[in-house]
Amino acid sequence: MTVSYEAVIGIECHVELKTATKMFCGCPNEFGGEPNTKVCPVCLGMPGALPVPNRVAIEHMIRAGLAFGAEIPAFSKFDRKNYFYPDMPKDYQISQYDMPLTLGGTVKYWLEDGTMKTCRLTRIHLEEDTGKSSHAGSGDGRIAGSAYSLVDFNRAGVPLMECVSEPEIHSAVEAVAYLEALRLTLLQLGVSDVKMEEGSLRCDANVSIRLHGAAELGTKTEIKNMNSFRSVHRAIESEIARQTALLESGGRIVQETRGWDEVRGETHSMRSKEQAHDYRYFPDPDLVPMEPLAGAVERVTASIPELPWRRFERFTAEYGINPKQATQLVATGALATYFDRVVELTKRPQQVTNFVLGDLSRLANESGVPIAQSKVLPEALAELIALLEAKTINSKIAKDLLERMWAEGGSPASLVDSLGLAQTSDVGVIEKFVDDAIAANPKVVADYRAGKSNVAGFLVGQIMKASSGKADPALVKDLLLKKLA
Amino acid sequence: MALENDPIERSAADIARDVNAGTISASEVVEGTLAHVDAVDARVGAYLTILHDAARERAANVDARVRSGERLPLAGVPLAVKDNMCLTATRTTCGSRILEHWIAPYTATAVARMLEAGCVPIGKTNLDEFAMGSSCENSALGITRNPYDLSRVPGGSSGGSAAAVAAREAAIGLGSDTGGSIREPGAFCNLIGFKPTYGRISRYGLIAFASSLDQIGPLTRTVEDAALAYDAMAGHDPMDATSIDRPVEPAAASLRRDLHGLRIGLVREFDTEKLGPDVDKAYDRAYAELKALGADLVEVSLPTADYGLATYYLIAPAECSSNLSRFDGVRYGLRVDADDVQAMYERTRAAGFGSEVKRRILIGTHALSSGYYDAYYVRAQKARTLIARDFETAFASCDLIACPAASSPAFAFNAKSDPYSMYMMDYYTIPMSLAGLPALSVPCGWVTPAGGVEPMPLGLQLCAPLFAEPLLLGAAHAYERATMHAVKHLPLVVSGARA
Repeated sequence: MTVSYEAVIGIECHVELKTATKMFCGCPNEFGGEPNTKVCPVCLGMPGALPVPNRVAIEHMIRAGLAFGAEIPAFSKFDRKNYFYPDMPKDYQISQYDMPLTLGGTVKYWLEDGTMKTCRLTRIHLEEDTGKSSHAGSGDGRIAGSAYSLVDFNRAGVPLMECVSEPEIHSAVEAVAYLEALRLTLLQLGVSDVKMEEGSLRCDANVSIRLHGAAELGTKTEIKNMNSFRSVHRAIESEIARQTALLESGGRIVQETRGWDEVRGETHSMRSKEQAHDYRYFPDPDLVPMEPLAGAVERVTASIPELPWRRFERFTAEYGINPKQATQLVATGALATYFDRVVELTKRPQQVTNFVLGDLSRLANESGVPIAQSKVLPEALAELIALLEAKTINSKIAKDLLERMWAEGGSPASLVDSLGLAQTSDVGVIEKFVDDAIAANPKVVADYRAGKSNVAGFLVGQIMKASSGKADPALVKDLLLKKLA
Repeated sequence: MALENDPIERSAADIARDVNAGTISASEVVEGTLAHVDAVDARVGAYLTILHDAARERAANVDARVRSGERLPLAGVPLAVKDNMCLTATRTTCGSRILEHWIAPYTATAVARMLEAGCVPIGKTNLDEFAMGSSCENSALGITRNPYDLSRVPGGSSGGSAAAVAAREAAIGLGSDTGGSIREPGAFCNLIGFKPTYGRISRYGLIAFASSLDQIGPLTRTVEDAALAYDAMAGHDPMDATSIDRPVEPAAASLRRDLHGLRIGLVREFDTEKLGPDVDKAYDRAYAELKALGADLVEVSLPTADYGLATYYLIAPAECSSNLSRFDGVRYGLRVDADDVQAMYERTRAAGFGSEVKRRILIGTHALSSGYYDAYYVRAQKARTLIARDFETAFASCDLIACPAASSPAFAFNAKSDPYSMYMMDYYTIPMSLAGLPALSVPCGWVTPAGGVEPMPLGLQLCAPLFAEPLLLGAAHAYERATMHAVKHLPLVVSGARA
């Protein structure tokens, strides 16, 4: 029989914080630019330059910590992590070792079918980003064997949050769902742009496997160089498969760092544990300890919005929205807030969902204006839904009105009045349209009577058109069928 | 004081007064100083870089400011800047091969404040490489001689600034003190060597040796000048997170005439007998002078101060091992090319650093390494806390502490060949550094060392509680004025040049 393995995965994320300036100097914190143009003596590690911490970055950390239910200790400090690397200006990185700004906490995430999952965090700490090296002439872009290297320090000193999870994730699918929830939360907290393509979100995965039910963890490998959620998914799948095949063939897993090769679709060994550094952490004597943090905690607490996972849970459980649609609704904080407001006004969550994810999303995509910033105010959409519910207008008119509201704004009720769009339910009026349609289409009528019942739809269309779309479609159909019978 | 009418002899206070009054221009002061520097510095070796052009330009600028009605507290005062402080567009070497040709792209806050107050930078002065040493002999770039006996060291690490001020090549010298590097050369060169409270003067632009200990301060020929320099530099700097954000009480206004009502503590554990009978007697006389000026002498105890040296030689190297990592040949300074980056690092640092710097990087790297960190670095930090507490206890029963500023008068070149005997020079100054306390050395007498022919100055160290700089300078002023030890002998290069 084949044995069955369980994967155990921990995710380590580096997230660049969204601040006006870098972590320890006044240089702009912006992506890109000509190399070495966003630099100063401090972020270049010039002799004699000193770091001064960015308060906003510290508040962002506290914001993220509180959002994940982490403990914010009363006291925190910066430490130096010492190692030599050409893109690290001081040859030490200002980081946090034993007293990070946040401890513990939990990321709640959900799978496609709506199942809620949790993964505990070990810690989130604050550090400075390094510069960026490009190595030329080595073929594989690595420093070993390169002819020369260029370093761009624009990124050096950008505030970087390192978020380490416990090994509580058990599949590639879960890993991506975890990352998606983390990304959404940080985005909606406003602490980062979390763009993997710009490197403001980077992640590594620690992967091991063990026999189902085993208590002990297997030997792990650390997977690096994953540049998208898709590559995270592929890399973890591939690594689980590699480890499984290795164990099944009687091999041993070696603890090592492995790089993900997007093109070949496999991981390869980068360095083994034996080459691990002694980072000689010690408290940075250029920076004073951060205490007390209580004031900042109080300030920040008030600014934390409802989190995506909480909304997802509410939208699915309370509103009965399906997980796929709920996921779409919580993807943007402003959209979820908009949606919530309309539901509050209408008590018709599914109908609101249909409008928001249907016509409004289409209009938003076409115009590039997000729904929450459009001229269709939540109150107006609620009014439109109420008109529809009251059968004052039909769905065709509603659709037209929405287009108009998107372009010009305004109240749908007044538009209905001023344009005379109210639905006609007057039997006498509709009967006239029905009679006219029957008289004008003798061939169609004959076909219907010969048994081609599907042609009735054509006649309904003609009648609706004649009424400028205002006739109550149900009534039209009813009268038509009676007259044709 | 001697030679009162000679512009180069006058104190910073005198110069500023005259320049502000218009009786002499900053340019005249600076021309006189530059001429003197050009005449004597070949023998003294105080400066690594002499800034003829920058000094003249700056002096003209000061004169223009004065003419436009500004009154500058240090108008036209010739300034010597230790070469571990950045001055924009100027070579800043730290006395090291690794920075021998490095041009600073910005100016240190303390230097900028001195310039703003009207000082004119004459040059950048020699030092023990990266401020590591007590004699200036560890400089890779030159020899500095003691102006009172050219066969002897000026002290260190701020030996160049001390020699410059002693030889009248500047009125104020900026030094940095990590374990005694202002106070010891101050004592060796018959000067006031003043280290303020840690954090009082910004370290921004001071090339770090040991960040938690480094402090900039002045070397001057009078206490009043030290107070003026302190007043110009002290105060919070938003560019230095360790600079203290609290109001500065001006010290120049607190200078006093006597010591009545002051309790001065003599440290029971500091045995001066081991300094030899002549030195021992000189300090006894100095304490008697304090008493004669009205001070109550009380005995205080600093039981852990004896651990100062051991503590310091873990913390300072630990910090330096990290601070000096950035000198890696990648972005600035010396680079010795090699086939790969690792070899480039190794060759650059092997060629760029001198042996004392390497020794301390190695000690510090070891003290921070996994498995040793708790036994060395963490315990040293605990010892540091205990030493600071000892001072707190002592200051409950006294206002100031008095003790020697160095373990001997200035010694001959190559006299301290083993590192430990050199480290011992700072035995009396290191505990105050570990506690972050303000302290200074003030001339307190002369001895002719065995084997020497010239009388050499001795320094009395006075130490005050945190932030009590006005009290400290006030008392030192009273002592200086009453005893006039400093003016009993002129440096050879001055008396000789003028004889």
